[in-house]
Amino acid sequence: MQLPIVGLMSIFSGLGSLGRGLFSDNKGPWGQAPGGGDGGDKPPPDKGGPWGDGPKRRRKGEQPSSGNVSSLDEWLTRSRERFGGGGGGSGFSGQAPSGLIKWVVIALVAIWLVGTSMHSIAPEQKGVVTRLGRYSHTLNSGVGWTLPAPIDRVQKLDVENIREINLGSASEETLMLTGDQNMIDIAYQVRWKVSDPELFMFELAEPEDTIRQVAESAMRQVIANVSLQGAMGNQRGEIESRVAEEMQQTLNFYKAGVSVQGVAIRQADPPAAVNDAFKEVTAAQQDAQATVNRANTYALQLRQQAQGESTAFDKVYEQYKLAPGVTKRRMYYETMERVLKSVDKTIVEAPGVNSYLPLNELRRTPPKEPAQ
Amino acid sequence: MIDFVRRHPLWAGLLSLFVLALVTSSVSIVPETRQGVVVQFGKPVRIINRYDPKRPFGTVGAGINARIPFAEDIVWIDKRVRDIDMERQQVLSTDQLRLEVDAFARYRVVDPLRMYIAARTEDRVENALRPILGSQLRNELGKRPFASLLSPEREGVMENIRTGLNRVARQYGVEIVDVRIKKADLPDGTPLQSAYNRMISARQQEARSIRAQGQKQALIIQAEADAEAARIYAASFGKDPEFYDFYRAMQSYRTTFLGDGTEKIGPTTVILSPDNAYLKEFSGR
Repeated sequence: MQLPIVGLMSIFSGLGSLGRGLFSDNKGPWGQAPGGGDGGDKPPPDKGGPWGDGPKRRRKGEQPSSGNVSSLDEWLTRSRERFGGGGGGSGFSGQAPSGLIKWVVIALVAIWLVGTSMHSIAPEQKGVVTRLGRYSHTLNSGVGWTLPAPIDRVQKLDVENIREINLGSASEETLMLTGDQNMIDIAYQVRWKVSDPELFMFELAEPEDTIRQVAESAMRQVIANVSLQGAMGNQRGEIESRVAEEMQQTLNFYKAGVSVQGVAIRQADPPAAVNDAFKEVTAAQQDAQATVNRANTYALQLRQQAQGESTAFDKVYEQYKLAPGVTKRRMYYETMERVLKSVDKTIVEAPGVNSYLPLNELRRTPPKEPAQ
Repeated sequence: MIDFVRRHPLWAGLLSLFVLALVTSSVSIVPETRQGVVVQFGKPVRIINRYDPKRPFGTVGAGINARIPFAEDIVWIDKRVRDIDMERQQVLSTDQLRLEVDAFARYRVVDPLRMYIAARTEDRVENALRPILGSQLRNELGKRPFASLLSPEREGVMENIRTGLNRVARQYGVEIVDVRIKKADLPDGTPLQSAYNRMISARQQEARSIRAQGQKQALIIQAEADAEAARIYAASFGKDPEFYDFYRAMQSYRTTFLGDGTEKIGPTTVILSPDNAYLKEFSGR
């Protein structure tokens, strides 16, 4: 309040010289001075302080020169002297500081007026104007004018910027119970923005806290209605949209002036205590897949072999059909020839002759494995 | 006047301060977010900027309000929706399972006078309502089996709690806007551990069943392949079983005595009788 009073006074002193002249002429001890100038060196008893003394002495010398000028001129001169008196200068030398002060004050007032009544609102902002506490109107982006500061106050709110609240973290477990009474460690993010600046400012005591609490409650509610598998995997998208919807409903009910832009589940994992068991499931899936793959390989091999063998047989059989007897003998001899060619042979001639088989000889090298 | 100021700067200053104090204490600036109970020497006389759901902002109430200086005092009361955060409560379900519940209520002072008389400050209202919220919660949730505690919203439980709490809150001039459960967890220790154990055993069961299923699938695939191979063989070899017997025997001799080239076979010694079909020409018939 200090500033405006000083400003107003300085305006008066700058412009209302006429009024001041009247003041000083009609009443006030300074006005009396010219009349009582011939009263001698002694200052009037009712005057005290350095202001009264300074001009008085000087006035004694100047009085004749001003003579019978109009009271206005006279007063102006004297007032200049008086203002300049502190500086010790006379007449014109006193005018400079007084003018400077005046202009500085005017400039300050102008700065105050412009600075507090002109508001530039950024494109993403809105300005909520309260006049002496009462909501007045809302400024849109651009330059907005209001009454100066103590009367009108403008609070700028970002209504386009999407804000984020993160709930749960990767480092700490946030456990929730799922519909099938399992625990899930969940971390998610809520994106929101101010949709109605007045409601946002005036309706809720702690808007951000409220949003956080509503988010927690909505997420808990939705998670309690899905299974663990659903929450961890295929129902994520559905959960996100249901939480956003639920939050929006609740916040609208509170008249929060907030619009929920979206909910994103960043993490939905089993709790650390049971993580190994979940990994075991993954391992089992891999194992099962591996087993199936091996079976497929076997099946493929077997089929190819069967096809190959049967085709080979078919080809030979075709030829055999043309000359069965000969082909058969030929095959027999060829086979025996090849077999007996490369093995040790012993022919026992007469029946009843027992020959000792040189077993040591026979087993020069131990047989590897029985034939499969 | 100016002259007076010039002559008596001290007096003028004091006087202006006095006037200023008088002016400022005879009006009060009421923001939109507050309602005030005007108290005259301790006795509430009227209410300014009282909450009214039908009035939009900026119409009445807030702004400059006159008051009698020095005699009237204004007690400010929040006009906005405020929050009562309850401490965690253990709830016992009808099937003797425990659940730790964390809830909050949102309220608004709708009757500032009653609230001023009954509690004076918002903090005291909250302190008074907090235990009641807890007991309401325990009562309502304790009537239900554990499974339905997980989603109490479905059965109107929250609405019951809100109504119950509202009955008490009205005595404080307060209206409960909403009651919600923020968290419902298993208490640490045995309940949590047994839930973990259940989860672990369920997973182990799942893992085992997945493995068994894989094996089953593998066996089926193999059997199918075997069957198909048999069909192919039969279709081919069945054309002449006798020749197949011979053909296969020849193949078998070769494989047995000579190997199929993939692995080394042991040395073989063959003892032949001259009666052998292969040596039949030996006898020189």
